Amino acid sequence: MKTLLAITGLTLKTAETTLVESLNLTISPGERLGLIGESGSGKSLTAMAATGLLPPSIKATGSITLAGQQVIGTPDSQLNNLRGTAVAVVFQEPLTALDPLMRIGRQIAEPLQRRAARDGSPLSGAALDKAILDLMADVALPDPQRIARAYPHEISGGQRQRVAIAMALACRPDLLIADEPTTALDVTTQAEILRLLDSLVRQRNMALLFISHDLPVVAGLVDRVAVLRRGVIVETGPVAEIFARPQHDYTATLVAAAHAFDAALGAQP
Amino acid sequence: MTTLDQITPKRRGYGSLTLWAGLALVGLHIAIGILTLVWTPYDPTGMSGGRLEAPSWLHWAGTDRLGRDFLTQIMIGSRIALIVGTGAVAIGVLIGVTLGILAAFASKLLDDALAATLDILIAFPTLLIAMLVVAASDTANLGSAIVAIGIALSAIVARLTRILAKRVLLMDYITAARTSGSSWPAIVFGHVLPNIWPTLSVNFALQFGLAVIAEASLSYLGLGAPPPNASWGRLLQEAQGTVYTAPIGAIAPGIALVSLVIGINLLADGLRDSIDPTRRAR
Amino acid sequence: MSLLKVQDVTFAYNASKRVLDGVSLTIEPGDSIGLVGESGSGKTTLLRLLLGLTRPSTGSITFNDTPLDPRSPRFMRDYRRQVQVVFQDPYSSLDPRQNVLSIVSETLRALRISGDHRQMVSDALASVGLERNILARYPHEFSGGQRQRIAIARAIVAGPSLLLADEAVSALDLSTRIRIVDLLKSLSEQMTLVFVSHDLGVVAALCEKIVILEKGRIVEAGATASILANPQHPYTQRLLNSVPRMPA
Repeated sequence: MKTLLAITGLTLKTAETTLVESLNLTISPGERLGLIGESGSGKSLTAMAATGLLPPSIKATGSITLAGQQVIGTPDSQLNNLRGTAVAVVFQEPLTALDPLMRIGRQIAEPLQRRAARDGSPLSGAALDKAILDLMADVALPDPQRIARAYPHEISGGQRQRVAIAMALACRPDLLIADEPTTALDVTTQAEILRLLDSLVRQRNMALLFISHDLPVVAGLVDRVAVLRRGVIVETGPVAEIFARPQHDYTATLVAAAHAFDAALGAQP
Repeated sequence: MTTLDQITPKRRGYGSLTLWAGLALVGLHIAIGILTLVWTPYDPTGMSGGRLEAPSWLHWAGTDRLGRDFLTQIMIGSRIALIVGTGAVAIGVLIGVTLGILAAFASKLLDDALAATLDILIAFPTLLIAMLVVAASDTANLGSAIVAIGIALSAIVARLTRILAKRVLLMDYITAARTSGSSWPAIVFGHVLPNIWPTLSVNFALQFGLAVIAEASLSYLGLGAPPPNASWGRLLQEAQGTVYTAPIGAIAPGIALVSLVIGINLLADGLRDSIDPTRRAR
Repeated sequence: MSLLKVQDVTFAYNASKRVLDGVSLTIEPGDSIGLVGESGSGKTTLLRLLLGLTRPSTGSITFNDTPLDPRSPRFMRDYRRQVQVVFQDPYSSLDPRQNVLSIVSETLRALRISGDHRQMVSDALASVGLERNILARYPHEFSGGQRQRIAIARAIVAGPSLLLADEAVSALDLSTRIRIVDLLKSLSEQMTLVFVSHDLGVVAALCEKIVILEKGRIVEAGATASILANPQHPYTQRLLNSVPRMPA
């Protein structure tokens, strides 16, 4: 199978420190990979590097190919093409990811129109409205007519994250990157968003790079995990295997801690 | 989570260069100002040459229309400018920080009232305040100019203090101080002031520059210190009539004023740069 | 005698919206209680009421059978000594411009508690697993977990009988979190603990009793083990089912 995202020997540095070192990672079409790391591990930076969205103060070396296109060193104008089609990102904080001054419907329309224009069949008028509402239905937003006219601050955090997911889906990406997409949400809302992501990724046969510090959350969603610690991948493999028999001490510590809290909850329902 | 300020590289060489250039310029003015207390090239009040002489080896900046050495007056101007800047900023800080802290701690109603008053005060031209102070004190002298500029600055300082203090009051360590039983004065002096001081003090340098310029404009309009201990603004005003025949009279005080203000601003920038990199790692 | 008794407490910013609605709760000496709720449950407001930072709109709170009165300096002096708090964010809860000695000794200074403050601070630091010789250092020199230990040292230095914790481990990394939970658990053997959190896993690991809050009301309360094994209220069931679990 052809690889969708291939990161080879990626090193990220500022003037003073190395943030990520010699990182290798591949994702095949339709594959789901979890990137586990604690704060400062470099997991979010790795995702930003993959989409070419690194801040200018960080220097990237190595190779990142996304849908066959080299990302490192490629000018932004060319990467914009890639970002709209090959990859889309859902961030942790849906409130800052949405434009506070734009109605929800308009925000979803933008990536929809961009994708349609690129495919050579521009969307407008009734067809666009229908596409927006369809997409809102896909992410199970209640009362789509009302929410389409609402501003981000007028809807709940969970609904905002559904909107962000709808915007990502509008690009019809081959790879969805989700960077701690449920960390800012309540437990019950988190469960709903995770279920939604799981079914959407499955239906559309998208590849998923799911970034999180939360082991049980990752476990429920991906096939394979990579454990990142201080910019270095210490372990990678199938999720069941890594969680059952961690090889690296650090992974073992994380898994043991997660099991301790899990065990306190008693038998699984 | 890695945040952007964590990975933004520190500006090293440039920051310290700015700081040193600022220190050098301001230091030069301070040295000259102190020097004039004990020595000036000529007697500032006496005639030492012909009227409106061009610059020469005897009179580096020429003479004024009364035949007094112009360089002597510009040097004294440094002293006046520093006194005005320090005095006005001191008054501005004293009144401004007090009002700003009161507003930050006040009930919503009182805070709104204070904030509105400050906005009105800031909209008032410094000149108008100066004329009111002069009218109240019956004389136009250096003291009235300093008080007027100090009052004008206090509104700016108060507004900044209020915003900074409000931000600090939201921090958990303030709540922790309250639940530790600390009194409000202990919280103000122990937590609020130490945490807003770095940002405030950088602004004091900028306000110092504003004060020096404000005094020059007041003097230009005859509302500042009278001769012979004239400020640069007064020298500029006096040079007005002879600007075509003796342009040095306008150029020299202008250069002096600009060099001090640039020096102060470089100093402020340098201070900010040297404070920023030590910002707490997060 | 109960340590803290909350009786029919209501809190509202305005007439139309009640943040807390008829909350009653008894905390016995030696209890370790988890107050569990999501955003909008009123758990943070309840904590602020317990800390005497806000007063309830209606209802009463008593401490050792004496009404909690934030306006009485005499009552509050004793209350501040007896009731201390640890916050969620170890970065904003420590004043960046004070050293460890100043931070931890704040209660001792504020309440003019007699004794050798240096020694007391150093003992408190030792009992939360930190070195004794860090008194002159500043918060930014420490990691998140160490900072939270400093915050806990500040809370226990005056020997409180009740420790309140507001999401005290939520901002910490997993590997740090489990160690701070262990520390709080050992402290809960010496004092009463009220642990406010949205995280059922942490509460289950730490607390013997659980109180579940939803939209300003207590929907279920009781022993942790029985609630987890047999949740009665639909909201508790939904909450429990939402917690992501490790693969078996």
